Amino acid sequence: MFIAASLAILVTMGLALARALAGPTTYDRIMAVNMFGTKTVLLIAVIAFLSGRTDLLDIALVYALINFIGVVAALKLVTQGNFHSTDTDASAAGKGEPE
Amino acid sequence: MIIDTLSWICLLAGGALGIVGGIGIHRFPDFYSRLHAAGITDTLCAMLILLGLGLQAGWSLAAFKLALIFVFLFFTSPTASHALANAALHSGLKPGLDRDKREGLNHHD
Repeated sequence: MFIAASLAILVTMGLALARALAGPTTYDRIMAVNMFGTKTVLLIAVIAFLSGRTDLLDIALVYALINFIGVVAALKLVTQGNFHSTDTDASAAGKGEPE
Repeated sequence: MIIDTLSWICLLAGGALGIVGGIGIHRFPDFYSRLHAAGITDTLCAMLILLGLGLQAGWSLAAFKLALIFVFLFFTSPTASHALANAALHSGLKPGLDRDKREGLNHHD
């Protein structure tokens, strides 16, 4: 039963990776990475139950935290062009990139 | 016995929804519509799978950890999708509106 669920999750992760590679705009790629991260959380949870060692769930929880922060950081990088505070020249670099 | 079949149904439904969402992000023409498909897999698929696992775990520490993951995903995945759409819109990625398609203004399809 868990094997069927983990296979379904693996297929979804493959599809998300395909979208990440093919995605025309950067935001498609960030969306695919976000989806991939959420699926990793679920895969860790299913494997924790598959192997019977339920202390793996802490890893799934931490991964959910890190995934969200990673997506927000990637968005900040893409929209602002850099990570430090917005000074005049940096904001120009981030604009008008996708289309 | 009932709990096993119930968790089996939840797990398979979650897996199926994940695959549906995965196919959705390839089929939709525009970034914003793809965000809907990614949203499906982030929310309901995750909740169903976590519910299925929670039923298996019964009233234990594992079920509490699953509930924590559930609560956290419940709050962060919509926020992440919102931040994504907000950033895309502000940086000039135009959604493919139906009005544009009718007047043939859409440059990318």
